[in-house]
Amino acid sequence: METIWFVLVVLMLIGYVVLDGFDLGAGALHLVAARTGDQRRMVLQAIGPVWDGNEVWLLAAGGTLFYAFPLLYASSFSGFYLALNIVLWLLVFRAIGIEFRMHLANSVWRAFFDGAFSLASLLLIVFFGAALGNVMRGVPLGPDHYFFVPLWTDFRPGSHPGILDWYTVLCAVATLVAVSVHGALYLILKTEGALNARLRAIVKLLWPALVLFSGVALWASVLVHPQLLDNYRAGPAGWIIPALAAAGLGGIFHFTRTGRERNAFLSSCLYIVAVLSGAAFALYPDLLPSSGDPANSITIRNAAAGGLSLSAGLYWWVAGMLVAIGYFVLVYTMFKGKVRASHA
Amino acid sequence: MNDALFIHRIHFAFTITYHYIFPQLTMGLAPLIVALKTLGLRTQDPVYGNAARFWTKIFGINFVAGVVTGIPMEFQFGTNWSRFSQLTGGVIAQPLAMEGVFSFFLESAFLGMFLFGEKRLGRVGHWWAAFLVFLGSWLSGFFIVAADAWMQHPVAYNRLPDGSFEVTSLWGVLANRWALIQYAHTMSGAVITGAFAMSALGAFYLLNNRHAAYGRVFLRTGVIAGIIATAFQIFPSGDMHGRYMAHHQPVTTAAMEALFQSQTGAPIVILGQPDIERRRIDNPIVVNNALSFLIYGTTRAEVKGLDQFPQQDWPTNIPLLYFAYHVMAGLGTLFAAVMIVSALLLWRGALFRTSWMLWVLMLAFPFPYIANTAGWLTAEIGRQPWLVYGLLRTQDGFSSNVSAANGLFTLLGFMGLYGLLSILLLFLFQREIERGPEGPPGDEDYVPVTVSGGEA
Repeated sequence: METIWFVLVVLMLIGYVVLDGFDLGAGALHLVAARTGDQRRMVLQAIGPVWDGNEVWLLAAGGTLFYAFPLLYASSFSGFYLALNIVLWLLVFRAIGIEFRMHLANSVWRAFFDGAFSLASLLLIVFFGAALGNVMRGVPLGPDHYFFVPLWTDFRPGSHPGILDWYTVLCAVATLVAVSVHGALYLILKTEGALNARLRAIVKLLWPALVLFSGVALWASVLVHPQLLDNYRAGPAGWIIPALAAAGLGGIFHFTRTGRERNAFLSSCLYIVAVLSGAAFALYPDLLPSSGDPANSITIRNAAAGGLSLSAGLYWWVAGMLVAIGYFVLVYTMFKGKVRASHA
Repeated sequence: MNDALFIHRIHFAFTITYHYIFPQLTMGLAPLIVALKTLGLRTQDPVYGNAARFWTKIFGINFVAGVVTGIPMEFQFGTNWSRFSQLTGGVIAQPLAMEGVFSFFLESAFLGMFLFGEKRLGRVGHWWAAFLVFLGSWLSGFFIVAADAWMQHPVAYNRLPDGSFEVTSLWGVLANRWALIQYAHTMSGAVITGAFAMSALGAFYLLNNRHAAYGRVFLRTGVIAGIIATAFQIFPSGDMHGRYMAHHQPVTTAAMEALFQSQTGAPIVILGQPDIERRRIDNPIVVNNALSFLIYGTTRAEVKGLDQFPQQDWPTNIPLLYFAYHVMAGLGTLFAAVMIVSALLLWRGALFRTSWMLWVLMLAFPFPYIANTAGWLTAEIGRQPWLVYGLLRTQDGFSSNVSAANGLFTLLGFMGLYGLLSILLLFLFQREIERGPEGPPGDEDYVPVTVSGGEA
C-alpha cells in the first residue's frame, strides 16, 4: 500500500514538472525570446489558459503527499523552511505577472509584469532544481526524522550542507537548461514567425548544454550519494530508464532538425519523465535520505499514514484524478493550435 | 509564552486572515453572477448580461488574489506546524488533498472559459462555465471547513501507537455534524459579503448618477440575496452553531459570553468589557435568562461558567475571543436590520430614491468582511488551547525545528508582499469601478481564448 502511494505521489510530481515545466520554461525565456509587445502577448496567450491548471498539480501533489506520507511533508516542509517560503513568494509574484498584466494597458506596467513573470519563473526553476538536488543528496536528519537546513553554508555537500552547495547548484542549473528547452519546445509548437525562429535557435544552442549537464549531474549524483545506484545494481530492468532519457534527448535533437514540433515537445516530455522516474527509482524505498546515519532516513514505511487512511483515499483519488485528466483533455483540445500573431 | 510558538501562531493567523478576504467574496459573488446570468438568459434583457460581465471582471481579479494567497496556506501546515501535520495528516490532509483533486482542477479548467470564453462558448455554454466555477468554489469551501471541523470536533478517527491519527471512516469526517453546521454558517456569511458588495456598488452608482440602470440591478440583486443570507445566518445556522458549540465546547461558550460563574437563568451580555482578573464584566448591559433560553430553550436551565473548568483548559485569550464573538454577533444583527429596511423600501418601490438608505448600504460594504473575520477568530481562538479539540494542544503542534527568528523573517516577508498586493488590488478594482459596466472595452492585451479558429 505504501508503494502504491509512493508511485502515485511520484506520478503527480512528474505530472507537475511536465505540465507546469513548460509554462515555467516559457516564463524563463520570456524576456529573451519574445522581444516585441506582440511576441510577449503570444507567449502569454500560449500559456494563459493552462498555466493555472498546471500549477494545481503542485497543490494536489502537495496535498496528496501530506495525506499519504505526513512525516515526509512535515519534516521536509519545515526543514526546507526558508527555500519553501521563498518559493511561495515567487509563486505569488509570478501569478501577479501573468494575470494582472492584461488589466493595465500601459507600457511601463506591462514591462513590470513581464519582468515579474520572467524572473519569478526563472528563480522557481532554480529552486525546484535545487530541491531535487537536496533530496538526492540527503539532508542531516536527526533521530526524530526532523532537520533544518540554512540556505547555504560552505557550499560543500558534507555533513552540514545548506540548501545550496555545488552539487545542488549544479542540479539547479541542469534543471534550468532542461526546463528552458521544454518551455521553448512548447512555445515552438504554439507560435509562428520570428518568435518561432528565435526559439528554434535557442533550442539548438541549449541542446548540447542539456546533454552535458545531464551527464555531469548524473556523475555528480553518484559521487555525492553512491547508494543511489543500489536499485540499479539489483536488476537490469532499471536500466531502461536512462535509455529512455537518452532517447528523449535524441528525439529533441532529431525532431527539432526535421521541424516536427509536436514530436520534439513529446521527446522533451519523455526526457523529463525518464529523469524523474530514474531519480524516484534510485531513492525507493527512501523518500528523503539521511546524509548521516541511514537509520534516520525517511522511508515509505516510517512516513506513511495509517493503513485505514491510505486505503480510504484510494477510491476518491482514482476517481478524482480521472475526472481531472478529463478536464485537461477538454481544455487542451479547446485551446489546441497555434496562437495568432495579432488580434484579427 | 514560548517565543517560537507565538510567532508561528501569528504567522498562520496573519496569512489565513488576509487570505480569507478573497474567498469570501469569490464564494459570495459566484452564485450572484450565476443568478444574473440566469436572468439574462430568461429575460433576454442585455442589462443582466452586461451586469454579469462586469462582476465577472471583479470576480477574476479577486479570484487570482485568492489563489495566490491560498497556495501558501496549503504549505504552511508543513512549514510552521510540522508536528501537528505529522500527527494529523492521515485525517485532515484527506479533505485538503480532495480539495486539490476535486475543486482546484475543476476551477482552474473552467475559470479561463468563464473569464474569457463568453463569445466562444455561447450564452448557454458560458452559463455552465460560470456554474462550474461556482460549484468548484463552494466545494473548495466545504473541504476546508471539513478539515477545520475535524479539529474543532474530531470524529471517525483511530489513534495509532505513535500518537498519530488515522481515519476510520472518510464519510464520517465529511459528514461530521459540526462541519455541516459550520459550512452552512460560513457560506451564508460569504453570500452576505457578496450581497453587500453588490448593493454597495449599486448605491454608489445611483448616488453618483452614473450607470443608473446597472445600479438598480445591483441593488435589487444584492438586497434580495442579502435578506435571505442575513436571515439564514442568524436562524437556523447561527442558532444551531451556537447550541452545538455549547454542548461540545462548553468552556468556549462560557468564555465567549464571559460567563465566569455557572448559573441558572444565565444572562446574555450585549455590551461590556470582561475583566479576567476580577472575573466580572465592566460596564455591562445584559439581558437576563437569555443565554439559558438560547442554548436550552428554557430560561431556567443552568449554563456552566468558566469556574466549572480547570484554568489550563480555558481559551488562552478570553478578551479577544469575547470581543470577536460580540463583534460578529452584533454586526450580524445589524446586517439583518439593514437588509430588512432595504427590502421593505425595495418592495415599496422607494429604495432607489431613498438617499439615506443608499448611503447606509454603500458605507456598510466593509463590515461583512469584519464580521466574517471576527467569526473565524471566534472559532479558532475559541478552540484554544487545543489544535485538535481535547486531543492535541497547540503548544505541541508547531515546528520546533524552525526558530522564532526564521518565523519572523518569513512573517515580515508575507506582510510586505501582501501590502504590495493590497495596493495593486485597490488600484485595479478602482479602475474597473470607474470604467463601470458600460465603459469602453477593457484593455485586455492578451485574451487567452483567441487561439486559431476562435474569436475573442
